[in-house]
Amino acid sequence: MSTNSYAVRDSMTMLRRNLKHAQRYPSMTISVVAMPILMLLLFVYVFGGALGGGISIPGVGGGGDRGDYTNYVTPGILLMAITSGAVSTAVSVCSDMTEGIINRFRTMAISRASVLVGHVIGNVVQTIISLVLVVGVALAVGFRPNAGVIEWLAAIGLLVFLAFALAWISAAIGLGSDSVETASNAPMPLTFLPFLGSAVVTPDSMPAGIRWFAEYQPFTPMNETLRGLMLGTEIGNDAWIALAWLAGLSVLGYLWAKASFNKDAKR
Amino acid sequence: MTATTQPAGASKGINALGLRKSYGEKVVLDGVDLQVAPGTIFALLGPNGAGKTTSVQILSTLISADEGQATVAGHSLEQDPDAVRSEIGVTGQFAAVDGLLTAEENLELIADLLHLDKAEGKRRAAELLERFELTDVAQKSASNFSGGMRRKLDLAMTLVGKPSIIFLDEPTTGLDPRSRRTMWQMIRDLVAGGTTIFLTTQYLEEADQLADRIAVLDGGKIVAEGTADELKRRIPGGYIKLRFDDARHLDAAAHTLSQATRNDEDLTLQIPSDGSIPALRQVLDGLERSGIHAEALTVHTPDLDDVFLALTGQGRKTATTDSATAVKETQR
Repeated sequence: MSTNSYAVRDSMTMLRRNLKHAQRYPSMTISVVAMPILMLLLFVYVFGGALGGGISIPGVGGGGDRGDYTNYVTPGILLMAITSGAVSTAVSVCSDMTEGIINRFRTMAISRASVLVGHVIGNVVQTIISLVLVVGVALAVGFRPNAGVIEWLAAIGLLVFLAFALAWISAAIGLGSDSVETASNAPMPLTFLPFLGSAVVTPDSMPAGIRWFAEYQPFTPMNETLRGLMLGTEIGNDAWIALAWLAGLSVLGYLWAKASFNKDAKR
Repeated sequence: MTATTQPAGASKGINALGLRKSYGEKVVLDGVDLQVAPGTIFALLGPNGAGKTTSVQILSTLISADEGQATVAGHSLEQDPDAVRSEIGVTGQFAAVDGLLTAEENLELIADLLHLDKAEGKRRAAELLERFELTDVAQKSASNFSGGMRRKLDLAMTLVGKPSIIFLDEPTTGLDPRSRRTMWQMIRDLVAGGTTIFLTTQYLEEADQLADRIAVLDGGKIVAEGTADELKRRIPGGYIKLRFDDARHLDAAAHTLSQATRNDEDLTLQIPSDGSIPALRQVLDGLERSGIHAEALTVHTPDLDDVFLALTGQGRKTATTDSATAVKETQR
């Protein structure tokens, strides 16, 4: 029996399994969705007034108000929704590996990658739900994008691509963690990366060292591309740089996760 | 078992030669040879840490051996692991069920992964739930199951694919006596249907009850192999034990029966013996003649415990205090 011909079917079976898990134990999903929504409200209502007037917002300039800042920060909050969502892949993969059932899967003639693909796609689905809710709340608190259908589709494509890339990296981290606690803490730096970019404030307001990091780290071009698509600000080369990062991160995450999974069963 | 058509691998069994595995400095398997005839129960017996689970993990394609080769159901582990996987079923010490799914969903999950069509999967799941008396709890999630129920569901999941060779890694560890007996009966039924069983256990009684052939594994090596009777014959474990009321009688008896070893603490004498009637009569006559009064007499015939303890380098002392390997004696 050829394993590869069943790869898609096995992956779908595993996806159904993971979605059932998420549905039955929704606490993880809820906390993953709640985090970015709280962040959004925090930045809009607590910091929004001060930051809106304090930084030079692209397309607005200095002296903006809370509404301008809501437009500025929402794309970054969407990236944070993805990074915090990705953490749950590490947790679910790691806790799954401690279950005897994974050893059963390993002794069956199924596509080996399907176990991980199920987790990754399951996580992407969960993240999409979280993104829809965050966008809904953002619109309710004054987010006013001017994107057309094409721009929305491109923005959605970018967000899903990022969710996919980070889910693979997070899956690899989950496979490499000895305990669920490690798995939930190890990807934490990921959730902070957007802050050290253009998510919350413009990098030109930062001191030299951090500004340099902010300009070259992967989340900044993604953030700028997203902002450009949704609000019509300048994108330039950022779209290509973002796509290159996403492709690179996906391949890295996939190969890393696959290699970890194919190592001997740990006990 | 309603095995209608046996897969081609059913007539091939298991053959392993010179399996070695070490984790860093620690050698877990040190050249293990195994032959399991098709349609039989083979028991791999050994103390904790002997390498039983590692052997199962290697033969079931979970991990690879550092050296040596093996064929399972006629397929090479190294060259064609997927062919091996489609012939085997594995039920481990830790039940391999998905706790968040119901019993029925667990079985259907396996059916899906075996690429059975939906109707066939549902039919097979219902049949197995019925056979393992799990129909009433089919809609309950497996995390609420007792140890015995989880183990039953685990075995049921293993059987969805009708494997020709089943690995059972300590299938009754942690089960109560009733569940253990139920599990034994299931294992016997499977073999009656033509399945080959590779069983690991640390319970001697289990190997004695079930296995056609037994290999004793200790420190990563097979130290003995044969049928239960062959193994028992290999070691001189039989003796007569006499218990006395007081030290005076014990002294007198020890004097009369010179080949006996005495134990002053519990006032007993142990006389090596094959347990036959003439041998017994000889001991009793000797006591009678000397007017010694013995309180009780027990005859111990060699059993697998003796084999196990003699071969795995554990002293008898630990055995008599350890209830798990308690020496069985026949009270007369």
